[in-house]
Amino acid sequence: MHTASHAAPSRASLLTRSLRQLLFGVLAAATPFIAAADAPATSAVNTTGLAVTDTTVTVGQLHSATGTMAISETGSIQAERLAIEQINAMGGVLGRKIEIIQEDGASDWPTFAEKARKLLVNDKVAAVFGCWTSASRKAVLPVFEKENGMLYYPTFYEGLEQSKNVIYTGQEATQQIIAGLDWLAKTKGAKKFYLVGSDYIWPRTSNKIARKHIENVLKGEVVGEDYFPLGHTQFGSLINKIKLKKPDAVYSIIVGGSNVAWWKQLKAAGVTSDKQTILTISVTEDEILGIGGENMVGFYAAMKYFQSLDNENNKKFVAAFKAKYGDKAVIGDVTQAAYLGPWLWKAAVEKAGSFDIDKIAAASPGIELTTAPEGYVKVHENHHLWSKLRIGEALPDGQYKVIYESDLIEPNPFPKGYQ
Amino acid sequence: MDGMSFSEFGSVLIMQGFNGLSVFSVLLLMALGLAIIFGQMGVINMAHGEFLTIGAYTTYLLSVLSTQYAPWFENYYFIAAIIVGFGVAFVIGWLVEWLMIRHLYKRPLDSLLATWGLSLIMQQTFRSTFGPKEVSATLPSWLMGSYQPKEGIDIPLNGLFVMALTLALTCAVAALMYYSRWGLKVRATVQNRAMAGAVGIDTAKVDRMTFALGCGIAGVAGAAFTTIGSTGPTAGSLYIVDTFLVVVFGGAQSLLGTIASAFSIAQTNSTLEFFMTGSMAKVITLTTIIGILLLRPEGLFRLRVRK
Repeated sequence: MHTASHAAPSRASLLTRSLRQLLFGVLAAATPFIAAADAPATSAVNTTGLAVTDTTVTVGQLHSATGTMAISETGSIQAERLAIEQINAMGGVLGRKIEIIQEDGASDWPTFAEKARKLLVNDKVAAVFGCWTSASRKAVLPVFEKENGMLYYPTFYEGLEQSKNVIYTGQEATQQIIAGLDWLAKTKGAKKFYLVGSDYIWPRTSNKIARKHIENVLKGEVVGEDYFPLGHTQFGSLINKIKLKKPDAVYSIIVGGSNVAWWKQLKAAGVTSDKQTILTISVTEDEILGIGGENMVGFYAAMKYFQSLDNENNKKFVAAFKAKYGDKAVIGDVTQAAYLGPWLWKAAVEKAGSFDIDKIAAASPGIELTTAPEGYVKVHENHHLWSKLRIGEALPDGQYKVIYESDLIEPNPFPKGYQ
Repeated sequence: MDGMSFSEFGSVLIMQGFNGLSVFSVLLLMALGLAIIFGQMGVINMAHGEFLTIGAYTTYLLSVLSTQYAPWFENYYFIAAIIVGFGVAFVIGWLVEWLMIRHLYKRPLDSLLATWGLSLIMQQTFRSTFGPKEVSATLPSWLMGSYQPKEGIDIPLNGLFVMALTLALTCAVAALMYYSRWGLKVRATVQNRAMAGAVGIDTAKVDRMTFALGCGIAGVAGAAFTTIGSTGPTAGSLYIVDTFLVVVFGGAQSLLGTIASAFSIAQTNSTLEFFMTGSMAKVITLTTIIGILLLRPEGLFRLRVRK
């Protein structure tokens, strides 16, 4: 159901498109400062009745500003707004300023579906930046496919999904997991692994991939695999089991409020980074705020982005983010991925020369972003991003020191041999 | 257990035993306040978790303040946080009783809805005041790390601390309920409100005091839980289900029941967790509790009164 079919554009339409782009290019170059007046006619760039006028284009933002998930989604809301503000300062998209309608999914999946329908049917938004949990994405997916909308989804997730109507700006599971496990095996000589996670789809699917990779590729052994209900706060028994089994590495996908309890109790039980290697894929700089840097020191995280990344794009991004949201603001992996959304959409619209959903869906594969804070990214045919994986070592101040960087990894949401 | 010496196994056994006791004291600590409010007064207070959160945020505030203004206080602020946490939760509990709960004593089901609404309001207030992200109070150094009586045995210091606090608080509550004049008035009011009023007890005042005390104890628990868990707008909701479970399973009106119930739930859960995955352990524990409650609807211990 979710498999995309990207109809290859015909030769004629390619020709007209490149002509049109050439024309826009000339126009834009000739009149750089009066963009709006000379923007392409609305009738030409909007054939399906989206909320596009001669001077503005309306997009939607759909995250949880209230409820349990507000903890995580606030960073995404902020990053998307920053990107849109920056795009507007550069003259907008096809000469149109971006306006935002923000809806609150309130950490409730049916509400997400309802608000998605409202944004697409009533407001006719040209794109939606939103969702965070897989549950909310699964809730809105049928709406986006039926009403033909475009969703930019920022979170790293379990994969096993692909849709014409979604661009996944975070990593799918194999991108985040396989390179991280390879790194553990190579640099730490890890053979015995202990897998732990919160009990829902993302950790379970991810650990399934991890187990297959450990057993079939690394020829290692999984000595334990444990799941705990979301919100679980007592990890003493698990910690004792880990002490008993003595794994070379613990692979941790515990999320939410449990996360804090888990790391605090590890520290309290004398499990420190010099005694036990732990690699997590669920603790970004955002989560460390709650955990406390002193409880995480020396443990590792595998992500595509860390706030401390040392490149020009990222320095600019971090400076802009802090200028807007305060000096104490931290930026985690998903926040950066959310920041990419509006830029990827802008690039797709400009490549397609149109706001039409079908055209930007078709135009998206192949789009490259060289200005991404994480470095270079490129949209794959399957609407996920090519991206790198980094390993960060946690520092006492709650930041990560990047100690490893992979090559660009191809997204593979339906990995063969891993299901 | 391949490659494992006998003494290592012994160490893990000791640590696992301590873990059971540690979970027990956590459960008991969070249930104490509710044992008073729900057990004694019969108010289903769905906002109980949020009073825990009040204690947690108080600790966080004091931690930030002491780091900024009084670094010499950093090692001791935690003790102050427990006392202030009690005070703040007590005062707010007092106000809530006066504004809302007292109008609902005769309508227990409405009090369920009203306090649930209150919990949502409180959560959003925390979110608007402290931000939606979780925060972390810096623990004083004497609460971090572990005590190592011998190689291979690590006893978490924060676990020891919570245990000591629970013990002290339980004794205080027991003394207050069973050996003070005020406790006598509370028990009289609970057993027969009309008669208690007739002999000159100001039942409205007793109610307010009881409710506020329960909230205050929740505040203490919240402050203590910053050492083991998270501080965020919805942190309290993590505890509310377990809290009700302990009180209901123990037999609503009995302090001894609450203690026995916390102990048996903690031991069952932590032992099962050792042998199977956490989710399965929870399922089995809950199933057992439901089974026992079917046989003994009033919980483990019940107060014998003439009806």
